[in-house]
Formats: sequence, structure tokens, C-alpha cells
Amino acid sequence: MALSNVVETPASGFNFENVSRNVALEGLLEGGHTKAPKPMKTGTTIAGVVCKDGVVLGADTRATSGEVVADKMCAKIHYISPNMYCCGAGTAADTEKTTDLLSSNLTIFSMNSGRNPRVVMAVNILQDMLFRYRGQIGASLILGGVDCTGNHLYTVGPYGSIDNVPYLAMGSGDLAALGILEDRFKPNMELEEAKELVRDAIHSGIMSDLGSGNNIDICVITKQGVDYIRPYQESEYKDKRQRRYKYRPGTTSILTEKIVPLELEVVQETVQRMDTA
Amino acid sequence: MNIFLILSCLNSLRQLQCSVPKATMFFHISAGIFMTGGMCAPVIPLSLAKNTRGLRSQLKDSVPVTGMGPQVGAYGVQDTLRSGFSSVKNELLPSHALELSEKNFQLNQDKMNFSNLRNIQGLHAPLKLQMEYRAARQIQRLPFLQSSHLALDTLKGNDESISFEDILNDPAQSEMMGEPHIMVEYKLGMM
Repeated sequence: MALSNVVETPASGFNFENVSRNVALEGLLEGGHTKAPKPMKTGTTIAGVVCKDGVVLGADTRATSGEVVADKMCAKIHYISPNMYCCGAGTAADTEKTTDLLSSNLTIFSMNSGRNPRVVMAVNILQDMLFRYRGQIGASLILGGVDCTGNHLYTVGPYGSIDNVPYLAMGSGDLAALGILEDRFKPNMELEEAKELVRDAIHSGIMSDLGSGNNIDICVITKQGVDYIRPYQESEYKDKRQRRYKYRPGTTSILTEKIVPLELEVVQETVQRMDTA
Repeated sequence: MNIFLILSCLNSLRQLQCSVPKATMFFHISAGIFMTGGMCAPVIPLSLAKNTRGLRSQLKDSVPVTGMGPQVGAYGVQDTLRSGFSSVKNELLPSHALELSEKNFQLNQDKMNFSNLRNIQGLHAPLKLQMEYRAARQIQRLPFLQSSHLALDTLKGNDESISFEDILNDPAQSEMMGEPHIMVEYKLGMM
């Protein structure tokens, strides 16, 4: 049905029509006993370390929604390009969509120019995008990658601030993880040592922070390729739910068997021919 | 868009306060304003220039925003039938922090890029580009139909990037359809 009050096609992009409605709803909900649903955040520990051969990124796998664990096996290390991966902390949807957009833009660029994108390019695109939305997109990201200029590790804050450092931790468990990293980081570490360091940093974040937990994922990026180990270490507190409650045939033993044949007698027989044309 | 990226990087340190409030000003070549590649405003110290440009674009007065001011109808009065009852509060304040900035974002980016380009290469550069934009913008179907804007997208570089404008609120999938005659009349300025 054509509406007479629509004089222009609506603009694409974000639509702010519902903001005043949400403000009014919030007022109604707070007065009563119900609360507005909270977005799923990844109260997280993510960490990254630059080593001799590449970059090691690590993350826990818990996603929380308020005080409830919403996802026990959340994937926080997102693919950006064959030589770059990105860990995301903050609102789960924001980190996923932002990294998806970044990955798409870089794919288009590499198809256009025939080159592998550099880490600085990804960081600049992220910075522009996040600053444009003035922190309303709640995504704190750790971007790590290997390109022709070397191994890089950057952090991008939700307002668009960037930092280029050899070791990093972000998320709600970052202070605990940074303690471990500050203590044991050395420049030009070996790969195995770096993996252990990142694992210990995430582990301390999991132990000290309520918002982080469950398993630890590790992603190792080198010139040769990427090794995404998911999970690198499973938590000791796995629940022992079976999820399959069917009994195997033979669980109950058969004691006796008695067969009674039914005797049937043909009473009436009618034949109807089918028309096969 | 690639040119603009390079230019804005080059000029990130030289944020000159250029008094070019409207893009159409380029076409008013008067003796006082016309300059070739020189400074077009009194030089403002760098510390002030960085902030004033950003603030200026936030003020409602600097950029005429359609749909934000009081909805005047044909006789200079609020058109209640078409746009509903008026409320002073609704018209003065955009309800979301980003609403105004997002509405003007493309306009502001273009202004900034054009003034940078003018400072670097002279008046001819933005003039030629805007001439091309105007020509490309005219290649479209009637307002109630979907036009691809292919030429305009290629010029602006939107064909090589994906942003929220391409994902959210796709006009091709909008649930509301306008009445064709009214939309054409609005476009031609008859309403």
C-alpha cells in the first residue's frame, strides 16, 4: 500500500526513530519490577604478545549477559584476513559486526589491489569507524598480524584510540593478565614460550575476574600461516551433563521368551484393478 | 575515496579553518573570495583550529538539516495533516547523541575534503569534482523507484567499501512505499 505521508525514500544506515520510545519504555520498566534486557557483553580477558616468529593472541570463552553466563564456548578471536586476527572485548554483537565489516573491506581492497592488507591499514579503518560513532559501538579490540613490514600488535579502544605495543591485555580481566605479562615478557621470545605466557595471562584473568572463564583459545600467526587452537586448554570445571539419555539395546537382560502365533482366516477378498495408462 | 584518504592524512597536521560553510560557495567566484591555493581565512593557531572545525559541524545552524526544523507546509504554517502535531522539545533536540552527527556525516566529510583539496591544488580541483558529482547525481530514476546510483558510487568510492549504510535500512527492502505522484511532486518542489 502506498502511503501518502512518505515523501522521500528513507535514508539507509542507522535509524534513530526508536530512541524516544526506548527512553519512555525505560521509565515504565524501572518503575515496575521488570528490567530491560541487557546486551550480551564479553566480560573478557584477551591478551596478545609479539614473539620472534609472529604474534600470539589468546582469549577466554565466556560471554555474560548481566549476571548470567550466556555462552560458554564463545569465539572471541575473529578472522580479519589470512594474516590478521582480532580479539574482541565489549559488547559481543558490536565486536562481531565491526570485525566482519573490517574483514569485508580488507577483502575488497586485496582483490582490487592484489596485495595482502597491512595491519596499519586495518587499524586505521577501525579507528575511523569507531571514532565516527563516538564510542557508542562498545568494542575494544586487540588486532595482531604479520605482514611485509613485520609482526604487529595494536589495540583499538571503543572511542578510536590506538596503541602499538609488544604485549597487551584488554577486557575486564586485563589487570590480572597484565600483571603476568609485565612480569615475564621478554622481547624476541620463542613461540612455545610465548604461547605459555599468553596461556598463563589468560588463566590469571579467568581466576581473578568473574566475567572471564571456561576455556582458553590461542591463535598463533606466523609468516607461514595461522594456527587457531580452539580450545587450547579446557577448564577443569566442565559440567558432566550427558545430553544423550537413550539406553543402549541390551541394557535390560531378557529372562524368558514366549511366542504366540496369531491364526488368521481369510473371510472376504475383493480385487480392484488399477488404471495404468 | 582513496584520494581523500591520502589527502586527509597529509593534511591531518594542517587543520586550517577555511571559511567555506556551503559547498555551493565554490560557484560564487567573487573578487574577494577567489584565491588560488592560498589561505582563505585569517590564520588561526593550530590548537584552536583543531577543535573549532569539529564543533562547527555539530551546531545545527551551520548545516541546514531537513526534517529537523519546524515542518513548514505550503503556507508557512506547520502542516498538521502530513507531519502530525508539533512539539517544541522534539524539534529542538535530536534525541540520540549521534543523530545529528550521522545525518550530516557525509556532508561534513565532503566539506572537509573539498576544502583540503582546495588548499592543496587550488580552486579548480574541487570545482571539477563537484561538477562531476552533480552530473552523476542526475542519473537516476523517478523518486519512488530504486536507482542504482552506480556512477555516483564509483566517483565517491562507495563501490569499494562496505559500511553500515549498505547493511542497515536498505531502501530496497523498506516496508513503507510512498505514493508515486506525491513523491514526484515533492521532488520537483511543487509541494
